[in-house]
Amino acid sequence: MTSLDRTGAAADPRTGGPRRRRAGGRNFRGAPLPLLVPALIGLAFLVLPLLALLVRTPWSDLPDQLTSASVWQALRLSLLCATAATAVSLVIGVPLAWLLARVEFPGRGVVRALVTLPLVLPPVVGGVALLSALGRNGVVGQWLDSWFGITLPFTTAGVVVAEAFVAMPFLVISVEGTLRAADPRFEEAATTLGASRFTAFRRVTLPLIAPGIAAGAVLAWARALGEFGATITFAGNFPGRTQTMPLAVYLALQSDPEAAIALSLVLLAVSIAVLAGLRDRWMTAS
Amino acid sequence: MTTPSVRRNRRTTRILQVTGASAAALLAVSACSSSDDSSGGSDSSSASASSSDKLSGTVTVFAAASLQESFTTLGKQFEKQHPGTKVTFSFGGSDSLAASITGGAPADVFAAASPKTMKIVTDKGAAAGTPATFVRNQLEIATLPGNPDKVASLKDLTNKDLKVVLCAKEVPCGAAADKALTGSKLKLTPVSYEQDVKAALTKVELKEADAAVVYKTDVHAAGDKVEGVEFPESTQAINDYPIAQLKDSKNSAAAKAFIALVRSAEGQKVLTSAGFLKP
Repeated sequence: MTSLDRTGAAADPRTGGPRRRRAGGRNFRGAPLPLLVPALIGLAFLVLPLLALLVRTPWSDLPDQLTSASVWQALRLSLLCATAATAVSLVIGVPLAWLLARVEFPGRGVVRALVTLPLVLPPVVGGVALLSALGRNGVVGQWLDSWFGITLPFTTAGVVVAEAFVAMPFLVISVEGTLRAADPRFEEAATTLGASRFTAFRRVTLPLIAPGIAAGAVLAWARALGEFGATITFAGNFPGRTQTMPLAVYLALQSDPEAAIALSLVLLAVSIAVLAGLRDRWMTAS
Repeated sequence: MTTPSVRRNRRTTRILQVTGASAAALLAVSACSSSDDSSGGSDSSSASASSSDKLSGTVTVFAAASLQESFTTLGKQFEKQHPGTKVTFSFGGSDSLAASITGGAPADVFAAASPKTMKIVTDKGAAAGTPATFVRNQLEIATLPGNPDKVASLKDLTNKDLKVVLCAKEVPCGAAADKALTGSKLKLTPVSYEQDVKAALTKVELKEADAAVVYKTDVHAAGDKVEGVEFPESTQAINDYPIAQLKDSKNSAAAKAFIALVRSAEGQKVLTSAGFLKP
């Protein structure tokens, strides 16, 4: 990832190693065959299923499928919820990453493992865990319900919660990695010049790690957009309220596989457009 | 004494992180996360079936998720009756099972939760002979234990204060519920259309929903975690369960024998005690 290259280069002066510019503009002639062949197989492995989707797309029916109101409803909800989940992740995930990277405390390793757990957890398990915690009858949820009358399951807010639960670790990992690579001496200099630790974080650290935050936010957004298991388990499936695109695709597959392919294509196109657009703007800007 | 274990812990954490990061990359690309009830069924060792008089080898049965409890019992009975045989199951949604079969999954028997899903298999010429209906399933309302909301009829579910979940219309239990509702001219807005009958039931078991329209057999299987309420409109939407031997079966004799057991008086006893109706 480009952001990692850059932070790697920034860390060089500390180790005293030779400072290198980012390697760019090399062509295939320099690549040894034992690396090039598996790399191309890897590329084919990731891209081929997506190309197959294009091959199988019922192009003639596509206009009908895509102009249906339910598709737009699901897509709008997907974009809205993924963006909200990313915002939530930024507000609580960046401070969490800072805590993990900058503060020594007992059990930090365990905390870090716990934070990354939703990455490897089957999303359905995540959904069940959320229900046990925040459901109407959940450990915390029953108080939310009886004190404030708030119930999260079956609501749009529930979708955001489920997506944030699954997507936030991507942001935390990315930001923590960037923080660890960033030179802490800049912050120390700021504090010795009289800035409070929070001011130093706001004025020095944040701008320094902005590319890492952007990369993490994009990853989290993309993960949230594709979230299925935790969403359908925790928030259910109701058109216009909790039915996001992945849920619509799954249910379409039960009765009308062609519609499912068409819907998948929309989700794919939106994801590619946003990932490509954001990368150009923030992740490669120097 | 603690140092090595601490160090090992750290190392595990680091490994976790690395796996996490690579999983991150993979997940971000696949953008899909349905990791539950995969119905691969590729683990069936191909049947040997060398002798003709005595049954042997493996019978692979693809069966609707609602048959899980009763078919597991029947599988054990079959293995006891025919020593040397082994019955392996792949339980799942009838639609996805049908898709796997037409896609070439190695199976000997298919038991579907609806004629519509069986038709997917017969249309592709993947079934040997005509499918036979072996049980029927009726809808029932599942409510919280003790029925605190006093649900007595399908109409009671239209009460706005009740959180009701239905199956999505795309899956058999949802189609049946829809049929019963439109047949009785009732309009019901649920809080969610669940992806399958078990998911709908789970929402009631976890007390997140007040009621769900599910199959009688599911209420039965849930034990005292839910309470069942029968409703007369359910007779308008009874589901037939067809069973068929598959054309590509590698163990035809054993497959036939298993189907015979399911349809026998003995098999019917197991199925009706699970809440199924006789065909």
